Amino acid sequence: MVQRQLTGTRIRERRLAMGMRQAELAVAAGISGSYLNLIEHNRRRIGDDLVARLAAPLGVDPGALGEGAEVDLVATLREAAAAPSTAVSTEPAEDFARRFPGWAGLLADTHRRSGDLARMVDTLTDRLNQDPTLAASLHDMLSTATAIRATATILAENRDLEPEWRDRFLGNLDGDAHRLAASARALAGYLEQSAQAGAAGAAPQDELDAWLSAQDWHFPGLEDGTATPDTVLADAEGLRSDPARGLAQGWLQRHARDIAALPLARITAALPRTGADPVALARATGVSLPVAMRRLACLPPGLLPVPVGLVSCDAAGSFTFRRALADFPLPRHGAACPLWPLFAALSRPLTPLRADLVQAGRGVAAVAAFAIALPVEDGNAPDLPLIEAHMFLSPTTPQTPPRPVGVACRICPQDPCPGRREPSILDASPAQQVV
Amino acid sequence: MTKSVLIIEDEPNIVEAIRFFLIRDGWQVASHGTGDDALEAIRAQAPDLVILDVMLPGRSGMDILADLRADPATVALPVLMLTARGQARDRDLAERMGVSRFMTKPFSNAEVLDALRQLMPD
Repeated sequence: MVQRQLTGTRIRERRLAMGMRQAELAVAAGISGSYLNLIEHNRRRIGDDLVARLAAPLGVDPGALGEGAEVDLVATLREAAAAPSTAVSTEPAEDFARRFPGWAGLLADTHRRSGDLARMVDTLTDRLNQDPTLAASLHDMLSTATAIRATATILAENRDLEPEWRDRFLGNLDGDAHRLAASARALAGYLEQSAQAGAAGAAPQDELDAWLSAQDWHFPGLEDGTATPDTVLADAEGLRSDPARGLAQGWLQRHARDIAALPLARITAALPRTGADPVALARATGVSLPVAMRRLACLPPGLLPVPVGLVSCDAAGSFTFRRALADFPLPRHGAACPLWPLFAALSRPLTPLRADLVQAGRGVAAVAAFAIALPVEDGNAPDLPLIEAHMFLSPTTPQTPPRPVGVACRICPQDPCPGRREPSILDASPAQQVV
Repeated sequence: MTKSVLIIEDEPNIVEAIRFFLIRDGWQVASHGTGDDALEAIRAQAPDLVILDVMLPGRSGMDILADLRADPATVALPVLMLTARGQARDRDLAERMGVSRFMTKPFSNAEVLDALRQLMPD
């Protein structure tokens, strides 16, 4: 597996850069020199625990050696490379991220920031074009200004105006001036309100995701009943914009309902038998499958032996729940890869689909995906059933070659691909394909 | 010969100002304030020229223009269109539909007068 090479090579490069001998590092990390040699030459896969023990004597953050951080960084770099004006497609993003982590991080941050700004421009343009309040307000102000201008010109250019005409136009002018002042005040108030609503500038979903990640997707207060969604939200400093707070409120309320349906104590009791298997957990506890999936995706860190991810979407393909796995990044915005079983499940409600997947590109491990589409509870009119699809993700060691999928077409090198709907900017050189 | 103009605009103070300086310039001026029956008013009064606002109560000036151009009797009638939205899209649409002149608010009295004189030379 290509992924291992990255961590081992990074450890070796870092050790050599520090002028440290292999034996020294092995002693510091409490392993044998020959074992470290195998690791450095990417002959052994190493766990998070050992990465942390090696990172300390090397004076680096474990994330800088581990794979998760880099996969995320590389995915962002690929996004940046996909911008129409760039011509860096042939340069492997992994090499860049490994050799110049600082620059790569800066580029990724800048790319994220520019994406946020572009979305803000789109939002504002949309608002100008489609906001009925703005359109009506501007129309009113321009009409009034037109009347004032035309009337004022007549008064200025006709000094010999008959008194009755002059009085009449002065009256019109006075009325229009008041009206203009009132319109301007109303518009200023409206714009101020809008500015507050969009303070952070980021897309609300991104703001929510960042906040949930910062909380590790886990809220002890909600689990033990000492907090409510409202008190959690009141203390949430990371959520700035009103739309993001609105999304978070809905998220927390659903989370609280899930906790009520399946408290943590029952999960910990069931876990030894079920493991991170949502079907087994749902069966053992009697809750619905979506509840079991979401509970598994929001457990206290360390409770599960492996990290898990979950993506849910509505019938239009919009994400309603998104927790990415390091080896399975999700697109920041826009449509995802149509090859995901998540979308196949939508056409086959109630039918579970299982597949081992690997995202195209180097340095990514396979994940096991379990997808199912189910009617939304409490959300159904008889003639218009609402369907929600869920895809539960966990690490796996596949017995057969995993199915290659992507994040989204523009940043996916997979070629040929039956699901491609727009060209990729990335080169589909053989080195970038994982089979 | 006196030239006649029909102003189709729902803002009474704009109508009053335009009416004033057009009468002083020697035009015969009539006005109409709603969109839904504007076509009937134009047909009844048969003016030499129409000043047409885009945003009218009842019916859009664009639709009225389309009807005027579809009728052989008014296909060549000079139409000066007024809009509070100077967007290129509106202008393109109006030009495709055969507007004679397009003017965005707030315009000056002199601009309106110049446009009318160009559309109806002596």
